[in-house]
Amino acid sequence: MKELLRELREKSLSAIDGTNTAEELDALRVQYLGKKGELTAILKQMGKLSAEERPVMGQLANDVRAALEEKLDERKAYLAEKALEQRLATEMLDVTIPGEKHKMGHRHPMYIVLDEIKSIFIGMGFDILEDREVELSEYNFTKLNVEEGHPAREWSDTFYFDDDSRILLRTQTSPMQVHAMESRELPIRIIAPGRVYRKDEVDATHSPMFHQIEGMAIDKGVTMGDLKGTLNEVVKQLYGSSTVTRFRPHHFPFTEPSCEMDVQCHKCGGKGCPTCKGEGWIEILGAGMIHPKVLEGCGIDSTVYSGWAFGMGLERLALRRFNISDLRLIFENDIRFLEQF
Amino acid sequence: MLLSRKWLAEFVDVSSVNDHDFSEGMTLSGSKVETVERSDAEIKNVVVGRITEMVRHENSDHMWVCQIDVGADKPVQIVTGAQNQKVGDLVPVCLDGAELPGGKRITAGALRGVESCGMCCSFSELGMDERDWPHSYADGLFVLGSDPDLAKAGLKPGDDITKALGLDDSVVEFEITPNRPDCLSVIGLAREVSVTYDKPLTLHTPCVKGCGGSITDHARIDIADAALCPRYTARLVKNVKIAPSPLWMRERLRASGVRPINNIVDITNYVMLEYGQPMHAFDFSCVDGGHIIVRTAKAGEAIQTLDGKDHALAESMLCICDEHKPVCVAGVMGGANSEIVGDTAMVLFESANFNGTSVRRTAAALGMRTDASSRYEKGLDPQNTIKAVERACELVELLGAGEVVDGIIDVVPNELKTTTLTLEPEKINALLGTDISEDEMRSILLKLGFTVEGSTVIVPSWRGDVEHYSDLAEEVARFFGYNNIPTTLMRGDTTCGGYNAVQRVENTVGEVCRAMGYDEIITYSFISPTYYDKIRWAADDARRDSLKILNPLGEDTSIMRTTILPSMLEIIARNYSYRNASVRLYELGKIYRKRPDGLADEPKVLSLGAYGGGVDFYRIKGAVEELFDTLRVKNICFRTEKENPSYHPGRCATVYAGDVYLGVLGQIHPLVAKNYGVDADVYGAEIDFEALCSLTGETPIYTPLPRFPASTRDLSVVCADDITVGDLAETIRANGGQYLENAEFVEVYRGAPIQAGMKSVTFSLTMRAENQTLTVELAEETMNAIVRALETAHGATMR
Repeated sequence: MKELLRELREKSLSAIDGTNTAEELDALRVQYLGKKGELTAILKQMGKLSAEERPVMGQLANDVRAALEEKLDERKAYLAEKALEQRLATEMLDVTIPGEKHKMGHRHPMYIVLDEIKSIFIGMGFDILEDREVELSEYNFTKLNVEEGHPAREWSDTFYFDDDSRILLRTQTSPMQVHAMESRELPIRIIAPGRVYRKDEVDATHSPMFHQIEGMAIDKGVTMGDLKGTLNEVVKQLYGSSTVTRFRPHHFPFTEPSCEMDVQCHKCGGKGCPTCKGEGWIEILGAGMIHPKVLEGCGIDSTVYSGWAFGMGLERLALRRFNISDLRLIFENDIRFLEQF
Repeated sequence: MLLSRKWLAEFVDVSSVNDHDFSEGMTLSGSKVETVERSDAEIKNVVVGRITEMVRHENSDHMWVCQIDVGADKPVQIVTGAQNQKVGDLVPVCLDGAELPGGKRITAGALRGVESCGMCCSFSELGMDERDWPHSYADGLFVLGSDPDLAKAGLKPGDDITKALGLDDSVVEFEITPNRPDCLSVIGLAREVSVTYDKPLTLHTPCVKGCGGSITDHARIDIADAALCPRYTARLVKNVKIAPSPLWMRERLRASGVRPINNIVDITNYVMLEYGQPMHAFDFSCVDGGHIIVRTAKAGEAIQTLDGKDHALAESMLCICDEHKPVCVAGVMGGANSEIVGDTAMVLFESANFNGTSVRRTAAALGMRTDASSRYEKGLDPQNTIKAVERACELVELLGAGEVVDGIIDVVPNELKTTTLTLEPEKINALLGTDISEDEMRSILLKLGFTVEGSTVIVPSWRGDVEHYSDLAEEVARFFGYNNIPTTLMRGDTTCGGYNAVQRVENTVGEVCRAMGYDEIITYSFISPTYYDKIRWAADDARRDSLKILNPLGEDTSIMRTTILPSMLEIIARNYSYRNASVRLYELGKIYRKRPDGLADEPKVLSLGAYGGGVDFYRIKGAVEELFDTLRVKNICFRTEKENPSYHPGRCATVYAGDVYLGVLGQIHPLVAKNYGVDADVYGAEIDFEALCSLTGETPIYTPLPRFPASTRDLSVVCADDITVGDLAETIRANGGQYLENAEFVEVYRGAPIQAGMKSVTFSLTMRAENQTLTVELAEETMNAIVRALETAHGATMR
């Protein structure tokens, strides 16, 4: 009997190794371990054994059963793994076929640039202000030191809603400065982006509606050095830390001294090229110390407080940032344009 | 403003500064240089040559073979077809490889078999015309000796022609800001140059000899409108001999972009360029009564200006008149009736000061912005008139153009004001953030022509822009150097900064729209009144009452929109016409509602627009729902809207949060789409941004996750077709008791076996108990309650 068990063990283990499918393996399980299986058949002969032999043989038979079961499980796992490998091999994909589209919408390029500027100024403690576009000429001009008779006030330049030239479409974001000065507590640090309107026919560089961003800081002891420092920092964040800037005298009615800020042309490094029209520099914004008359006109004591302000055209910035050649594209809103950004 | 550096050199010597550095230096001190151009940039290798021999060309009956001394060892042979030269003449000679204006290159070659080592040329080939060379022959070789000044110039063969003709000059173009009309002159710029480079400024005081007599015997001048004419200065010249100006004057005019005409006219232009004071010369014989009256035009008056155009004059326009008629539009252009002509014998020089705004408006109204008006409009120095008229008369004597009658008429109706300021160095330094010494400030101001006595600063008359200590600060800063001001970061109290609540909602709205595939657009705030017709608003619709621009660019941009829909549809239409197959767009833009005070309420509206790509009512509704969901707006309900004329009457909904109107959405009415030329189903939504903002939910509070499993059942009921899914869902929710967690719409089915006029609606109901696994009994009970309610409320039966 011992011999039978040994034979069964050898025979069955090698038979299991020879199986290739789960079905074959199941058949072997039945053949050896089933109710009518070979091991059962051997065990049925246990009764013929002596009382001394019986536990020994019983132990031996259990060992054989355990070995068989272990071997069956092992083979089963092995076959399952093989089967999976085979299936996966048939599931091979062409990974170069494009993925399924999940179309996101696009931010308008002009707002992309505006968002950048906003976040830079927010980091410096500025609030963002918005205000009315239908404005009083008092706020758009008078309080900004733009005197009566100034060409900008002409009907050829500014859109008006009344014959007295009292109500207009703001021509600049600067009236928001006035509102801020009149209504906010000092110190003031704000930026004010928005739509502005001028009577320009549409062409590659003009539009009767465009966008500006305006900013100002008013506090005790604010200097032109602060203006330079802050705007330098902004420009470096916008164009990169190696950006070279310069300030030139200029003229705006509501700032004194006034300046324009240039960045050194990124294309030629200041040598002069078509991008910078040979000048080596590209003008990016106008700025200056808020005219003390403007402060006083808004009820701020100019002997105690001073401030700086800047303004820039957003379209021009976006055009340059994305190398867009024609302003009309900004307002045309062709999705083939919008979806490039 | 074009500035000849040769002319500039008369007043300040900056010859050691090259053009590039000059541009840079002047730009940084406030006179922005646009371009610098060499006058000789396009002419290369052209020299003065003397014709030493001329013989007929052997193969031509009109060409000449010339031997020309060009200052080299031996003469060059040049063939020419010109006939106006003779042996001994000096002519411009293009040597082999020469370049002429327009990129023309001259090389040696043969003409009808005879070698020609270059070309003799005319002045037009050198880029000039008969105005530049009034004494010379235009249609042949430029015989240099034909010009009296060149004849005396001692030109030699081999001399560079550009030098010989005064083209060895750089012309600098400045962009002068409107506050600095004094810099629209050579002297004004010379002053800036002198301070920028710290070089002495040499000014010349005009000196007129005079010929006796007295101007007052001939002329009388009255100013009728002192506000528009603060000063009128004049001198008289008799025995005028009209002739071309001398070369040096023509050269400077040409460099400054002014065409020479004749000595008297050229003098007025020359003085305007040099002093910045526009001048006018009248043929005095045409001034009736010898009486100049400065007054505004009378009704019905007209004038033909020097350019030959006729103008009707408005009563606001200031004119220079004689006793009967206007002879000049003040500060703009003279009249043809008093033009300087060949036989003009007596000339009255006007050097006047006019109100800038008045001149600008007149020039604009007449559509003729001139060199004079563009200077006047900025407000000129009233003290400049005498200097300028004296200079003009000095030039008359220098040029031998006439005899200057003694005396000067100078009418100044009101006393001219002088501005006095206090020099407060500490205030200037505080504004600039600098530590500039008082001495340095004083020195800068003195060099600029300010008078400084103690701390009193007297502003020079030509600096009308300086009227405040901050203006003095700018003067100091310009020459201290903006770029030398130490750069500092902001000091003072720290401020927090950031987006406010509304701006954060705006950002979220944009993010949600983009996440759903909508591209952002920017549209004009103004529209055409006809756009209200295009969106089918009734003729008497109150919303048509828009703010109207009184001076629009065109009808298309003439009113402020009270609805954002047409703007969106216009962009949809444009994309459709570009054959973009599928489009999803959003804009968060303002609309403008008239207010009694004349201003506008400017609420923002979120507009969505879409066509193609499978968009339908439920897609755009889904987008709107997702937006409300993200913003946690509660109690959203959609109501059937049949009355909105812009939308499909069966596919339009208004949306409310409770009772608060949030907006409208649906399919754009096919007739509206047709009005925009779009032959596709277009969908749109208009959401009131302010309402949205006010309803935006609070920060969410965490709800514990369920601990017990849910039981899900589908419920299909058959009901009449006109019962809405919303009504059914409402009934389900109201009758689901404590265990109904959610009732989600699955589908609507119409058709067999459901009888006509009926439909089957399927919901998926989720039921759950909070503290135990929901028993079958409880689930059944809940379902039964719902089914009963549906039957009672809507006559709906289980399918």
